[in-house]
Amino acid sequence: MALMNMVGAINRALDDALRDDDKVVLLGQDIGQDEGVFRVTADLLARYGDKRVLDTPLAEGAIVGGAVGLALYGLKPVSEMQFSGFAYQAYHQIEQHVARFRNRTRGRFGMSMVIRMPYGGGIRAVEHHSESRETIYAHTPGLKMVIPSTPRNARALLLASIYDPDPVIFYEPKAVYRAFKEEVPDDPEQMPIGKAEVVREGRDLTLISYGAMMRPTLEAAEDVADADGVSIEVVDLLTVSPLDTATITDSVAKTGRAVMIHEGPRTCGIGAEVVARIVEKSLMHLEAPIRRVTGYDVQFPYFARERAFLPNADRIAHAAREVLAF
Amino acid sequence: MILNRLENSRRKGGQRSNVHRNQTSCGVRGQGLREWPNSLTMVPCCQVLHGKNWPVGFPQKDFSVPRKRIKIKQKVEYLSILDGDGHVDAALDPKLDGDLSLHIYRLMLSARLLDERCIKMQRQGRIGTYGPCRGQEACHCAATVVMKPEDWVVHAFREPGSFYHRGWPLETVLKFWGGYEEGCRPPDGVNDTPIAVPIASQIPHAMGIAWGMKLRGDNRAVLCYCGDGGTSEGDFHEALNFAGVYNLPVVFFIQNNQWAISIPREAQTASETIAQKCVAYGFDGLQLDGNDPLAVYVGTKEAVDRAKSDGGPTLIEAVTYRLGVHTTADDPTKYRSDEEVKRWEKLDPIPRFQKYLLNRKLLDKKLVDEIEKDVLKEVADAVDRYEASRDVDPLECFPHTYAELPDELIEQKEEFRAALERENVGMGH
Ligand SMILES: Cc1ncc(C[n+]2csc(CCOP(=O)(O)OP(=O)(O)O)c2C)c(N)n1
Ligand SMILES: [Mg+2]
Repeated sequence: MALMNMVGAINRALDDALRDDDKVVLLGQDIGQDEGVFRVTADLLARYGDKRVLDTPLAEGAIVGGAVGLALYGLKPVSEMQFSGFAYQAYHQIEQHVARFRNRTRGRFGMSMVIRMPYGGGIRAVEHHSESRETIYAHTPGLKMVIPSTPRNARALLLASIYDPDPVIFYEPKAVYRAFKEEVPDDPEQMPIGKAEVVREGRDLTLISYGAMMRPTLEAAEDVADADGVSIEVVDLLTVSPLDTATITDSVAKTGRAVMIHEGPRTCGIGAEVVARIVEKSLMHLEAPIRRVTGYDVQFPYFARERAFLPNADRIAHAAREVLAF
Repeated sequence: MILNRLENSRRKGGQRSNVHRNQTSCGVRGQGLREWPNSLTMVPCCQVLHGKNWPVGFPQKDFSVPRKRIKIKQKVEYLSILDGDGHVDAALDPKLDGDLSLHIYRLMLSARLLDERCIKMQRQGRIGTYGPCRGQEACHCAATVVMKPEDWVVHAFREPGSFYHRGWPLETVLKFWGGYEEGCRPPDGVNDTPIAVPIASQIPHAMGIAWGMKLRGDNRAVLCYCGDGGTSEGDFHEALNFAGVYNLPVVFFIQNNQWAISIPREAQTASETIAQKCVAYGFDGLQLDGNDPLAVYVGTKEAVDRAKSDGGPTLIEAVTYRLGVHTTADDPTKYRSDEEVKRWEKLDPIPRFQKYLLNRKLLDKKLVDEIEKDVLKEVADAVDRYEASRDVDPLECFPHTYAELPDELIEQKEEFRAALERENVGMGH
């Protein structure tokens, strides 16, 4: 075990993969000599050399399109988009090839690759460095979409993503990068992709979230449970596509009440899909309307307004109490 | 007009009268930073053999010359006028009038002093991450002054002096880095696009604006900024290709500051120069000393005049250097040496231009101090105005999402208002 933050834990997973599988290559802007703008790739160029850790010119389309070629040739590319806000420059490759190669070659060529990118607000960054667009990828058949919330699950899920036979968009909550530390096992632990986790057990209400919003969600759960003497369950989705329907609906069947929390815009957000599945599978168990606490349907504000904008524990607690009081 | 005609006749005649320009050595005059081979001077063999419409690569009728170097028409020159010590090449000196010369000097100083102030303000948490332009002032100041108000300037993100010249209040520039959308609003009547953070994404817009000018028959031009790193993006290629195809009045101005965060120019492109990329798009290119405001002015002026006389686009590569950090979030000691920075500090454009202006007696010691005092005050006043206008309502993230807010958004806005009231969140920070 070693105590580390999420940057260290992701670095550990990349290190594990480079060490254990010589087909793994990392590619991206400033990931070598500079060790990544968040230092996620610290020491990896020095340790594995420039045939495994590839500093590229400034072109996301060529990074991801090139990764498709590397994957076709049998390598396992782990690409970094410097920020999720610049992945759109690669989106045609993601939509037209990464997501489709397996299907259109009838299984001949899978796309075992990971595209890592930091997402989300909260670090006072300039425009295009703060949004959450997981829905775009969750809405793209053929992609998996993983969003860790702690150092330990980031390490375990990234390793599982690298070894997954299909392409994984790995959305890293940059607000969590250095927010706290957690014990991470020495051996290369993996967690299953497509499984949500009940991180707090309860009987009266289910809070569902993922990524950076797990912290205010857990804080709200604790506040409301302590203050109001109620029992609150919290589900961390971890993979937002494919969604673990059973864990969500089992929990809501038990509690009868749910609040969905995410940072991205409300319309067609992951919450919309979660609520649809609850309604389809557990409607008869519901004792109150479901509430969503989310980013609003506007462009993520520049950072002077982001603290006010981001969903917080107060807003989650308020929604939780409304649902409990219904 | 005279310049236009001169330029046109020069283009038709093919012969440049100017012996001081050279096509072989690059970088700063006398510094010999880089060399590129003089091999781009031929005519397509198929066109010679079969007339203009015979496609290159089509089977040859005449087998007497089965293999021959293709002659390329596009011209790629290098230009510098001031040397590293501020001495001028008398034959090339454009002898800009006193007011314009001093305006460029003042603008460069404004960019420098604003930059220094912003770095301090970032450390104090009064603005966020800041991308300084230190060392690159000659590029964007001396190029933008060429543009007329009816022309357009399409910005990247390292050109504060350009915004200032075009009429953006300095506090508006500060607002962008301070985290306010208001920092992206061009003043009424200013034909500029705001800072573009996604690298190279603004280049197609410049092409499109120039396309509009051409379609509407307006005698205007567009100046478009981008960095060396930006030339690797698909948007760069797509925009330059369209600009060539439609022969558009646009000047692509690449500030080659040798680095794209940690990636050196050599690792960005295998091309000897960025200027020569013009060849592929069918128009001319110019590499110039980007730390020489005279070369920047002359090169940009020629390109803009040519654009306005239907001579098409130009690709300018301004060879310069990012003396500072990439942004305040960056640590350049991880990837570049102090010696390299020191070497380039000797070519700092501001002392070079100052020396030239002193020699021309446009400046004297007293005026130097006066201008510096003035500019410092302008910057300080702008900072005061920025601080005074900082408390911005968080609800302001709603109204400009659409021309008219849909009902669902009006409802969300009220939900946000109620949350803010409950939480008693202060406005802004
Ligand atoms: C599309 C896109 N990818 C990545 C980034 C992150 N980024 C910001 S500046 C920069 C380097 C830009 O280099 P260059 O074009 O040479 O401009 P300079 O910073 O040197 O002025 C990078 C990679 C971005 N802003 N946009
Ligand atoms: Mg650069």
